[in-house]
Amino acid sequence: MKPGSITPRTLILRLSLLTALLTAMVIASAQGPAKSAATANDVPAASQIQPEELVQAIKSEGAQKPLVLYVGPKAFYTQAHIPGAEFIGPVARPEGMEKLRARAASLSKDGPVVIYCGCCPWDHCPNIRPAFAELRKMGFTRVRVLYLANSFGVNWAEKGFPVAKGE
Amino acid sequence: MSRMSRRFVLLITIAVLALGVYEGVHRFGRHQAVTAVSNPAPQFSATDINGGSVNTADYKGKVVLVNFWAAWCGPCTEEVPQFIALQKKYQDQGLQVVGVSVDDDPDVLLRFYRKYQMNYPVVPGDLKVADAFGGVLGLPTTFLIGRDSRIHGKHNGAADFSVIEREVVALLHAPQN
Repeated sequence: MKPGSITPRTLILRLSLLTALLTAMVIASAQGPAKSAATANDVPAASQIQPEELVQAIKSEGAQKPLVLYVGPKAFYTQAHIPGAEFIGPVARPEGMEKLRARAASLSKDGPVVIYCGCCPWDHCPNIRPAFAELRKMGFTRVRVLYLANSFGVNWAEKGFPVAKGE
Repeated sequence: MSRMSRRFVLLITIAVLALGVYEGVHRFGRHQAVTAVSNPAPQFSATDINGGSVNTADYKGKVVLVNFWAAWCGPCTEEVPQFIALQKKYQDQGLQVVGVSVDDDPDVLLRFYRKYQMNYPVVPGDLKVADAFGGVLGLPTTFLIGRDSRIHGKHNGAADFSVIEREVVALLHAPQN
C-alpha cells in the first residue's frame, strides 16, 4: 500500500462518520424547538409566552393580568381573537405603528403587556418583531410576545383556547 | 478514474444525497398541517382584481385549488410561482387555481399580480369567502376541491408542493360518481 493511501476500512469508517453527522443535522433540523431557539435572537425566549400560560394569565385578576394587544390584520381579528385583546393593527405598516405608539403612550411602562399576531408562521410574521422592538424602545419592561408557531388558527383557536369574534 | 478520484466522487455523492434529505425534511417541517376533509365546498361569487367575475359555479366539474394569501406574507409569496406553474401545467386537465388575498392594499396587490404575471384569478380580501370556508386564521391556507365539489384537503402553512401536486393529480384522475 502506498504511503498516505486510505484503506477500505478507513474509508468505511469515515463515510460512516460523515453519514452520522449529516443524519444528526437532519434530525436536529426536524425538531420544532430548534426552530424556536433560532428565532429567539429576535424575541428572546424569556420574552415569549406560550398559549397555555397566557390562557391562565388572562383569567387572573389585578396587577398580574396582562394587557393583550393584537398587532395583526383586522380580517383575522374580526373572525377570532383573544377575549379582551385590543386591536392595534398590522404594525409593519406605518399607521399600525403609529397606533401602537399612541396606545402605549397611555400605559404604565412597568405593567404586563402581551402582544400577538399569528397571521402567518412565527419566523415570517412581519408585525411581531417591530411591535416588540418598539415597546422595548419606549421603555416597557414587562412586554412579552405570544409564541404562535404556525398561526393563531392552528396554535390557539384549533386548540380550543377561548376566542371572541367581531370588532 | 483513479482510486482517489472515485473516493472523492463517492464522498460528494453521499454528501449531496444527505443534503437532499436534509432539505426535504426542512421543507416538510415548514409544511405545518394537512387536514383531510370531505365537506361540500362553499359556493361563492366575487369580483377579481381585474374586474372579472369569479363564480365557483363556473368551475363545476373542475378541480379547484383555493389559496388564501397576502402580498405581505413571505411564505405566501414564495408559493405564488408554484401555483402559477400548477395552473399552467394542469389547466387543460381541469385544474383551476383561485387566490383570495387577505388585507392587502389593492394597489400593492395589483402590482404584485402584474409583476408575477399571475395566470389565475385573485379575489381581494373578502371575509365572507373566508367565513364560507369555516374561517381562515392564518396564512397561507390552501383548500383543494374535487370535481365532486367537495373539499378534499386543507393545507395550513407553507405548502409542500410535491404533496399538493400529488393531491391535485389524484383529484384530476379521481373517478366520477
